Amino acid sequence: MRELSLHILDIVENGVAAGADCIRITVDEARRDDRITITITDNGRGIPAEKIDRLTDPFITLRPTRRVGLGLPLLSAAAQRCDGALDVSSKAGDGTRVQAVFRYSHIDRAPMGDMAATITTLIMGNPGIDFVYRHIIDGREFTLDTRGLKEELGENGLQDALLIHHLAHNIRGRLKQLTTKIGESEAREKNHGKTDD
Amino acid sequence: MGKLTIDDLKKIKEKTTRDTFLRDGQATVKVTVHMGTCGIAAGAREVMSTLLEEMAEADHQDILVFTAGCLGKCSSEPNVTVEIMDGEPIVYQHMDADKMRQVFKHHVLLGEVQTDFALAKM
Repeated sequence: MRELSLHILDIVENGVAAGADCIRITVDEARRDDRITITITDNGRGIPAEKIDRLTDPFITLRPTRRVGLGLPLLSAAAQRCDGALDVSSKAGDGTRVQAVFRYSHIDRAPMGDMAATITTLIMGNPGIDFVYRHIIDGREFTLDTRGLKEELGENGLQDALLIHHLAHNIRGRLKQLTTKIGESEAREKNHGKTDD
Repeated sequence: MGKLTIDDLKKIKEKTTRDTFLRDGQATVKVTVHMGTCGIAAGAREVMSTLLEEMAEADHQDILVFTAGCLGKCSSEPNVTVEIMDGEPIVYQHMDADKMRQVFKHHVLLGEVQTDFALAKM
């Protein structure tokens, strides 16, 4: 996949297919440790023990319609290519946790991409499912929890294209704030809008 | 940087100046963007983003959007299914942002099937 955020969209859809009603997405970009950790946890029906060891085999899938599944194998290959690894733990009936680790500075690491589009696509496309999205960049954190938002707006309150459009914009702004180093914005103002001094 | 708070959301909601509860039970068009691994790799998220943009622009409360898994015809992804109430669902193939805009403006809003990109009736 061209972006890590597309891998995330793909893996979360597995949780949707597994009948989860709450899916947690945590992205931890620890630039100082040269590491990105992506964790996706769902409370779906889980993966049977006999299949868990062969999850990254494309010819193992739980989908009844076809015998090939590429989501986890692709993510696993992407992580391994970047000196990282994929870890899947699951208990039948108890949900699944997928964790992928990448070396941040590895030349083959795909960019994070548009996380706001991934999150809003998930929210809009899956009205019955709650999402808890945490994005941490060097210890600074942004959290979005649809359960709180639904309490305020009503069960279907988030299924509104205009609201989702603004939500995407808001998420993009917040993530940009996280990547801006503390003090950088003030320095920019002093330099009349130029970032380099 | 903290959480997206309820206050933020209220501000967003004020901007939208519409009642999001209106739509309950009134949907007449259902649009499904197929989001299997194949669809996502082929650009389904961009198609979805374009669809949401068009919906935000058009002032319609009667359109429901869903994502679904792979249709089983990965070579024709991204696929989008448009289903107008009491009509046959139409599956579109090889969708991109521009085709999505055309399908939205002509099929979703006006009911004209865009046979150029249609894959099948279901």
